[in-house]
Amino acid sequence: MSELLHRKLERSAIGLVLAIIAAASVGGIVEIAPLFTIDGTVEEAPDMRVYTPLELAGRNIYIREGCYACHSQMIRTLRDEVERYGPYSLAVESQYDRPMLWGSKRTGPDLARVGGKYSDFWHVAHLSNPRDVVPESNMPAYAWLARTPLRMEDLPRHLEAQRALGVPYTEEMIENAARDAYGQAMPDGDFATGVSERYGEATQVRAFDGVTTQVTEMDALVAYLQILGRLTVAAYQDTAAPEKAPDPAN
Amino acid sequence: MIGQLTSGERQSAVVILLIVAMVGLSMAALGRTDPLGVHGVIVMLFSGGLLYVVLSSFYAPAPTEEREASYYDDPIKIGIVLSMGWAVFGMLMGVWVASQLAWPDLAFDAAWSSFGRLRPTHTTGVIFGFGGNALIATSFHVVQRTSRARLAGQLSPWFVLFGFNLFCILAVTGYFMGITQSKEYAEPEWYADLWLVVVWVTYFILYIRTIARRKEPHIYVANWYFMAFILVVAILHIVNNLTLPVSWGHAKSYTVWPGVQDAMVQWWYGHNAVAFFLTAGFLGMLYYYLPVRAQRPIFSYRLSILSFWGITFFYMWAGSHHLHYTALPHWVQTLGMTFSVMLLVPSWASAGNALLTLNGAWHKVRDDATLRFMMVAAVFYGLSTFEGSFMAIRPVNSLSHYTDWTVGHVHAGALGWVALITFGSFYTLVPALWKREAMYSARLIEVHFWLALAGTLIYVFAMWNSGIIQGLMWRTYTEEGTLAYSFVDSLVAMYPYYIARAFGGLLFLIGAVVCCYNIWMTVRAKPVTSSRSGDVPVVSVASVAGE
Amino acid sequence: MDFDYDTLVAFSKSWGLLYLFAFFLAVVVYAFWPSNKNRFDRAKKSILDQDDKPWK
Repeated sequence: MSELLHRKLERSAIGLVLAIIAAASVGGIVEIAPLFTIDGTVEEAPDMRVYTPLELAGRNIYIREGCYACHSQMIRTLRDEVERYGPYSLAVESQYDRPMLWGSKRTGPDLARVGGKYSDFWHVAHLSNPRDVVPESNMPAYAWLARTPLRMEDLPRHLEAQRALGVPYTEEMIENAARDAYGQAMPDGDFATGVSERYGEATQVRAFDGVTTQVTEMDALVAYLQILGRLTVAAYQDTAAPEKAPDPAN
Repeated sequence: MIGQLTSGERQSAVVILLIVAMVGLSMAALGRTDPLGVHGVIVMLFSGGLLYVVLSSFYAPAPTEEREASYYDDPIKIGIVLSMGWAVFGMLMGVWVASQLAWPDLAFDAAWSSFGRLRPTHTTGVIFGFGGNALIATSFHVVQRTSRARLAGQLSPWFVLFGFNLFCILAVTGYFMGITQSKEYAEPEWYADLWLVVVWVTYFILYIRTIARRKEPHIYVANWYFMAFILVVAILHIVNNLTLPVSWGHAKSYTVWPGVQDAMVQWWYGHNAVAFFLTAGFLGMLYYYLPVRAQRPIFSYRLSILSFWGITFFYMWAGSHHLHYTALPHWVQTLGMTFSVMLLVPSWASAGNALLTLNGAWHKVRDDATLRFMMVAAVFYGLSTFEGSFMAIRPVNSLSHYTDWTVGHVHAGALGWVALITFGSFYTLVPALWKREAMYSARLIEVHFWLALAGTLIYVFAMWNSGIIQGLMWRTYTEEGTLAYSFVDSLVAMYPYYIARAFGGLLFLIGAVVCCYNIWMTVRAKPVTSSRSGDVPVVSVASVAGE
Repeated sequence: MDFDYDTLVAFSKSWGLLYLFAFFLAVVVYAFWPSNKNRFDRAKKSILDQDDKPWK
């Protein structure tokens, strides 16, 4: 019986194909499918807010420049990581992240909670030439970001695409996306108030790159870096004690 | 190239190229304010160039009926040339990015040349450009020889080959402009991904139709591996790249997978790209070219079947070991770890099978650098699969993850296993395809071998050292219970290793250039006239020449 | 469908285990089936043949 089956399987190439699919698909299905149904995968965080259009644009610059190749955004549940970078990352903190930017390599430090750790001025100086601030650094210089105006007119479309995938942007947020991006980097302009109305009083509205005449890619990237780890306070509440890494001396 | 096509097939080629050019034109029009427009122009130029090639010999004499009585080798030849071209490009980019880590000013303050944009040009260049073209070329060769049948299509092999290279070109040029999905090893955006699906489905149909034509009753095991490679890569590619473009005029898209699900899907893809792109396909090469070169049948055919199903079944579970101690649920991490450890069994079965095949032929390994390439590749395959299973264990991973150890592990596999088995296969294949007595210079193969081996060892040892030092520094505490080193301290400790790594990579690159020269001179040499030496590997000749 | 950790564990310990074992058994039986020996021997030697034309 078994032999007959196998001979048939192998006689026709289609049989081999089906067998390969049968063997290969189980692992993925078992591991991935339940992630969408188990409630425990993603915690509750009622205070979680979405990215503002400026922060989203900054995030897209972070992606475009491949920052994820050297910086992770995932603090593991290990004691030394928690002491170095802050509370370990929760799944809920990246629930609006498409794609996630957990990273796989730390040529530079983790950035999951870098928001608020340094001043805007520090970030601008550091991005313009990292070695001015950290002499030992091997990070590339991104001085040209401050010279490049940010493309804002298509931001409503970006928010719309995100909403179609399930990110809770409102109609109002989508309509005003370009204005909000402009307003968030122009604290004295006409559009600044709308940003805090739509995204909350805690939203940082300021000239991130220190220049108030133009909204640049530097503004967007710094705005994004400054919000990292600060979309929700869930990670600071009710989390278990981190695991202790094995002792290197042993 | 065109001489093998009938006039009907030439017309079809023209029609396909015109359609592709039209797609390029609409991309250019819709994306005129976006980097997408540049890609539209590139698509038009690509199809225009091929159109010129087809039309310039459109009225050349048509092939006779006899073409069915021979194997279809032209696409394989072009595939090898493309593969080596990508190898040099990809490795050059690798040496450049490695040097940037030691000397960051090598980015020259430009946007396109910063580490983040260049790094995927290296990974895509070597994995898809070099590896992908090598897989397409060798799979076309192996499937014909083992099935005793000509490829089941005249135009489709070209469509697969050039279509795949268009994908690679879109990918790499996109990175320079900052077009990326940020998914590692799946960076190209939605339109390139869609195009790859079309190409890949054609590849699959061509492959399976060729197998269906076979005159041998049994499908040789190398084809099983190639088939698993084609099939599973298709599944992985489609699932991981499900995205919603911002608009038809935007290169940018957003993935349908959010946060933690995206992480799982990405590393399910990422790890299985290693499994089915960089392992299964190359095992297919190993199971054909190693026995052929050694002129000895594989040690145990049964073992090759057992390990095939083991690899196909176990690998798909292993991806979550990339996410230990993260926000991914614990049980998924545990599953990933368990299956990664079990994976060692079929992996070592394959490596052992290859080495035992050489038992009794060690004098050939000593004399023939081509065979030595394949032998060392099998050794590195065994080593890096052991290392992989080891690093997938949670506590080990707590040290190794995020460090250069991972990079060292990947390169032990990519340089030591994937690249070496490819070079070994090419040195076997090139003289056979072009009907030459042997490679132009056995001595240059010898030079290439030692450059490649030295480069790999320097690279891997540098990254092992730097990775473990880095991991230990991050978790070292002082007597008072505070962290002993700042992050910058750990970075400063890396510099000597980054320089060593760039040097190791440079040696490997020089080896690849030597290989290109050797292949070029072989192609230029006079063909063998005697009818006896057809597909026969040239072990004896090569070893005599090496003396 | 209500799908939690416990149902998954129960499922993998029963049907999952059975599937894995059946798969293993099928592959082993195929590889060691006596009458398959000849075809395997033929297959592994056939790639060393020296003709360079498709068969009619």
